[in-house]
Amino acid sequence: MKKLKKISIALIVLATVVSCGDKHTRSLEYMPDMYVSVPYEPNGTEGVNGKSSNLEPVAGTIARGHVPYEYADTNQGYESAKNTLKNPLEATEKNLENGKKMYGIYCAVCHGKTGDGNGILAEREKFSGVPNYIDRELTEGNIYHVIMYGRNLMGSHASQLTTKERWQVVSYVEKLRNDLLN
Amino acid sequence: MRSVDKHSQLIKLLLKRVTFLFIFSLSFFVQAQDAVDAAQQKEGRKLFKSQCAACHKLDKKFVGPALGNIAEKREADWLVAWIKDNAALIKSGDKDAIEAAEFSPSAMTAFPRLTDKNIEDLIYYTTVGDPVKATATGAVAAEATQETSPWLAYILIGIIVFGILIIANLLKVISELKGAPKTPGLASNLNELWIGFKRNSFLHALLVVFFLLTTAYVLFGSLFKMGVDTGYQPIQPIAFSHTIHAGDNKIDCEYCHSSAKHSKTSGIPSANVCMNCHKNISEVADDTKMVLDGVTLGKVELDAEIQKLYAATGWDSETLAYTGETAPIKWVRVHNLPDFAYYNHSQHVTVAGLKCQKCHGPVETMDEVYQFSSLTMGWCIDCHKETKVDLKGNDYYTKIHEQLSQKYGVDQVSVAQLGGKECGKCHY
Repeated sequence: MKKLKKISIALIVLATVVSCGDKHTRSLEYMPDMYVSVPYEPNGTEGVNGKSSNLEPVAGTIARGHVPYEYADTNQGYESAKNTLKNPLEATEKNLENGKKMYGIYCAVCHGKTGDGNGILAEREKFSGVPNYIDRELTEGNIYHVIMYGRNLMGSHASQLTTKERWQVVSYVEKLRNDLLN
Repeated sequence: MRSVDKHSQLIKLLLKRVTFLFIFSLSFFVQAQDAVDAAQQKEGRKLFKSQCAACHKLDKKFVGPALGNIAEKREADWLVAWIKDNAALIKSGDKDAIEAAEFSPSAMTAFPRLTDKNIEDLIYYTTVGDPVKATATGAVAAEATQETSPWLAYILIGIIVFGILIIANLLKVISELKGAPKTPGLASNLNELWIGFKRNSFLHALLVVFFLLTTAYVLFGSLFKMGVDTGYQPIQPIAFSHTIHAGDNKIDCEYCHSSAKHSKTSGIPSANVCMNCHKNISEVADDTKMVLDGVTLGKVELDAEIQKLYAATGWDSETLAYTGETAPIKWVRVHNLPDFAYYNHSQHVTVAGLKCQKCHGPVETMDEVYQFSSLTMGWCIDCHKETKVDLKGNDYYTKIHEQLSQKYGVDQVSVAQLGGKECGKCHY
């Protein structure tokens, strides 16, 4: 009888320890070595030699799928991109469709769904002076350049969009500009 | 004497009039000084907000210089020429223009569409500034006093219960003193119950059965909770509110979690994505609030949180430049699948076109993110059984899809029928 009592008390204590974790701590894991990844996790803090696993490519190499961009982030770079840089993609329906989708995610929040500069952040006065697509002189080259490097208050969106997506957005912005102009 | 009296009265009267007039005219003068052409101010403000505010502020340096009272520094004609086409003015060799161009490495946009009247309104606005708003400090104070701590209520309840007990005890003592028979105390009552229980073997057996059942229930319940983190809500290094960002400001989930569309992980945005907006937004709006661990954070606390971002990215909000001293933000991971289960975001977000909320719950209403779904295998399988696969526009697989729907006798196959229940899909 005494033994049973001891065992049951031990079981209850164990059960409460397992179940009563508060919301700030994870619950108990069974065999944690199967939970934790052996390879480095993306965004992991414990990466190579104790450094974060988000590292820049080694000098002289380029990341897979990355397309180098030759124009410099200066006024001259902006002007030469404006005049010489051309869109390698055609404005097909498929490209415009994905351009529209990407525009909706990454641009419309400030520039507005139609490109009039009245996105929700402009409406709520978080950002003021968001330009519309009529007043400025836009070419496919300078649109791409601005997505790559940002301009004035706009930051670079190169890390969020791939090269192809950037050009699709450029096609869609040109379409919006034409719609606004006509 | 009479005449003297009258004389002094007259002087007094005159003096009064004069002071009255003086005060009246003074107040008029002050008013005239403050009088602002509201229409022109409004027009100028509108133009400033839409055309200039992306780079200029009135009171401090931004991308461009502060523009408050710019008319004191530059001639109106020069400003008109500069705003309309600054590049031409610089080319013409104008000394002031060359000096002004040196302010920033990026050239100012030309505004040929602005008329002279527009620019006049703009300059007027930079001189008079924003319309003064009545402060709402009274309302804030009233709100603050309304918040009372719940402890006060508990203490009050405690005092009341204690009081009732004392009164009941007193009444009992009084009735006993008056000659009522003495009632046995609580202790002796319990003792009798205990003796009775010790003699009854049926009760013993019942107790043991009850005890075992409860133990089994609690034990199994807790064992099944092992490794399941539904409701897990760690405290993050920066009080980041998804309610403010994704809910109020309607920023798309994928704006920040941009790798979800192409990669296995949805990605924690690197701080440059935060800075896309927070270069500009260094302070929250006055009425912004969030609840963190039961505590409401207001403007003062939230502005301090934005400063943490600046510290991490090495952004100097005075000089508006990066210092180069960065420190990673150590976000705490909320959703974590064990390493023996493979999960790919792009397959679910891009291919299946699922909304993030399907698994992550109403994140746009979470001030602090918590784990909404259980992320157990049963939970995955349930969804794979229910979800029909959209096979339209997938010509390459038309034949195999037809065979599958024939095999299962259905119009549209589910993810499970397409192989989404096979062990090797997720465990390998």
